[in-house]
Amino acid sequence: MLELLNLGVKSIFIENILLSTFLGMCSFLAISKKINTAMGLGAAVIFVQTITVPANWAIRHFLLAPGALAWTGNAALARLDLSFLTFVSFIAVIACLVQLVEMILDRYVPPLYQALGIFLPLITVNCAILGGSLFMVERQYTFPQAVVYGVSSGAGWALAITLMGAIRKKIRYSNVPSGLRGLGMTMILTGLMALAFMCFSGISL
Amino acid sequence: MATKLKKIVLDPLSENNPVTIQILGVCSALAVTVKLQTALVMAISLTTVTAFSNLAISLLRNTIPSKIRMIVEMVVVSVLVILADQLLRAFLYDVSRQLSVFVGLIITNCIVMGRLEAFALSNPPWPSFLDGLGNGLGYSSVLIVVAAVRELLGTGALLGFRVLPESYPTNGLLLLAPGAFMVLGLLIWTQRTLAGIRKDD
Repeated sequence: MLELLNLGVKSIFIENILLSTFLGMCSFLAISKKINTAMGLGAAVIFVQTITVPANWAIRHFLLAPGALAWTGNAALARLDLSFLTFVSFIAVIACLVQLVEMILDRYVPPLYQALGIFLPLITVNCAILGGSLFMVERQYTFPQAVVYGVSSGAGWALAITLMGAIRKKIRYSNVPSGLRGLGMTMILTGLMALAFMCFSGISL
Repeated sequence: MATKLKKIVLDPLSENNPVTIQILGVCSALAVTVKLQTALVMAISLTTVTAFSNLAISLLRNTIPSKIRMIVEMVVVSVLVILADQLLRAFLYDVSRQLSVFVGLIITNCIVMGRLEAFALSNPPWPSFLDGLGNGLGYSSVLIVVAAVRELLGTGALLGFRVLPESYPTNGLLLLAPGAFMVLGLLIWTQRTLAGIRKDD
């Protein structure tokens, strides 16, 4: 239990998926201008990440990994190694799940669907989502670990984009050199934020 | 015609650079730039994938139904990325270990999808191929500059060979994540100032 909690803290603060592995930068830069939309997208990412990482864990574990088809009881199938199909199947799972989440929200929680708007479909091409699943494979997480990693890496991303939304709101009143305005300043601010987050390293429960 | 084609290749290198001006594909631009070697391999992979996916989609552009074009694009890009990944694993195993998940993440790189949507769907194959090549090279130029700065100032070496004198105190911060953000921020500042581009995005 403590080990899982540790993994959670680690993926939110110490190895923040945005600030230390640079995933999801595109939408982070584009959407962080306003704090409200930033929070909306953050919530959507937590939601999708929580579902996709465990779902992809299951796909990987029962279909794609070397020898994963052993449960069929067929010797020829059990010898198959389908891991070269990882990318295609993960991106397909993500696209399908995002579509599914969109339809469910539209049907049962229309206010949330309205609030998230265009951001939901955009999550398909957010590299934090695919990256989260690929890291889950590379680090060989077990199922409980995959669940915790999904929730907490999404939460870490949401935390970073919300903070940046707030900072960019403030920076609008400062006198930034003209060439640095917008993207340049945001990159440098993100750097400073990453530096601040590095202070968390070494924390373990 | 020749000058137009030349413009397609050269424009994304500076004035219309996908990374520093259009803010596309930044994710992987930062993660693989700790060393010049990984950056070079990544640059070549992305340029190849962009150029050939542009070519393939452009050849198919009149047969793809517009409703499912995103899925078709995803499949084409994924296939090319799988090829690139398998080739790297076969011939450059060490580098492919260091690139870890980032080769796979070319699939979600906004530059690839962006060029397919913006250019390849409405242009003939040859200009589309050149457009992919140009944008790939524009991305590569940023990647290589950032990686060179980080490796040189962070370790005092380039491509693993010592360049700066032994007395140079290496700056470990540049090898960490914050260093990447700041170097790219400063590069964007330099380039936008030189190109005279003012954007308040």
